[in-house]
Amino acid sequence: MALNENEKINEIDVNELDCRDTLTFWEKFGNIFRSKSIWMLHYCTGCGAMELPPTMTSRFDMERIGMAPMATPRQADVLLITGYLSVKTLRRIIYTYEQMQNPKYVVGFGSCTLNGGVYYDSYAVISRLDYYLPVDLYIAGCMPRPEAVMSGFKKLMDMIKKGEALGWKRYQKYYDWYKKNQVRALGEVYVKDEFHE
Amino acid sequence: MSTFFLAVALLLLAFFWQITLSGIQRKVTARIHRRVGSPWYQNFIDLFKAWSKSSISHGFIYDFGVLMALGGTIATLIFVPAGNLIVFKNLDNFFVIVYLLAIGSLGMAMSAVGSGNPWASIGVMRALTQMLGYELPYIMTVFGIIYANKTASIHAIAEAQQTMGIMGWNMFRMPLGVIVGFISLMGMLGKKPFDTPIAPAEIASGPLVEYGGKHLGMLMLQHEFATFVEVGLFVNLFMGGGTIITFLIKYFVVYMLATMIASVVARFKIDQLVTFYYKVPLALAFIQTAIIIFTGLGVSIWL
Repeated sequence: MALNENEKINEIDVNELDCRDTLTFWEKFGNIFRSKSIWMLHYCTGCGAMELPPTMTSRFDMERIGMAPMATPRQADVLLITGYLSVKTLRRIIYTYEQMQNPKYVVGFGSCTLNGGVYYDSYAVISRLDYYLPVDLYIAGCMPRPEAVMSGFKKLMDMIKKGEALGWKRYQKYYDWYKKNQVRALGEVYVKDEFHE
Repeated sequence: MSTFFLAVALLLLAFFWQITLSGIQRKVTARIHRRVGSPWYQNFIDLFKAWSKSSISHGFIYDFGVLMALGGTIATLIFVPAGNLIVFKNLDNFFVIVYLLAIGSLGMAMSAVGSGNPWASIGVMRALTQMLGYELPYIMTVFGIIYANKTASIHAIAEAQQTMGIMGWNMFRMPLGVIVGFISLMGMLGKKPFDTPIAPAEIASGPLVEYGGKHLGMLMLQHEFATFVEVGLFVNLFMGGGTIITFLIKYFVVYMLATMIASVVARFKIDQLVTFYYKVPLALAFIQTAIIIFTGLGVSIWL
């Protein structure tokens, strides 16, 4: 079992981590542009990814609200965790998230990212995403319909514009806590760059 | 001093016109796909957002190559006459533009390889191979034009066409040449049948794979300026330039035609692409140039 039950996760209060006061004028100005142009990463885990093709193409047309798919994490703004996340994939997700450039957001799809969903007791699947990555928004549903996905993205845009989607700042501020949880989930293998060892 | 202000005016024109057209291009593509599409100002937002993000560096070559690409493309842009907005009246030689335009591509190639990502190397390799494909037919056709007009100055070629009315455009006097020019233009712009270098589904955006934030913003701007150079060159060489208003209208027509063709076709593989360029357009360019040199028909058929 990858998750060691003897080590309890020390939960932190998300409301306490409000970084809104640090927003400067230029950040508020930039947030207007960031909220209207969101590039999502073309990397999906789990079954919720199935709802993204109809969201992108003719019927629900994601480009209408300025969203576009991007092939590489360097260019992307939002990382979608579309469903269950196995421990094996978690390491790739962390690599991907840390490669993204700084105003970056994470959206969790469905109940799997909240509490593990049907994989609650599984040895290979993590049960709560926000122990490992700072999630800005959850979209309800198993799987969420394209309408729900679009409405979730509109909500994310509102949050970015108001300066509430500050997961990336939380990740910097509480990096030690996230890192500890990541290492705990991944067992003995530390999170490192396996391509440049 | 007036040269300086003319250059700034040309840059501003290129910036606002080309980025607006990129937004309209996305809208047109979306309508062809029966979607609603993004608003016309979307590309401005994308650009400003990219500049507002943080960015990483992979070393000096990586940073310098981006600046070299943008600077080289801006330097090229200043030499391209936009209608009657000509910055260097007697210096806008075709060869100057072709030489300077390579600086942009080479800067980007240097920077992308400097990032150390294998996808970037593959993308750059494909971009330079594609360049090898379209440059030859294009240069061949333009040599025909230069031979017929006895000058390589872009504005002189454009003005020579205007004196003879609409039938004097090289487009109608050299129908084979304009086909070659347009196919080469699609290759230069990286439009759909020829978008092998930035194939997102295969090689993760190719040369752009490691760029994010400000670097990506600068390269997007470089791409827009390069598009202005390439389409502007096509309009001046084949459609007779004109005043600034007619220049922009012709520009719009050419760019939208390329967009419409691009939105309904699939992608070539890189070997198919080079084979294609060396078969059809090169043969057409040879025939066109032979007609011009040996008979003069291509130039004077309507006269």
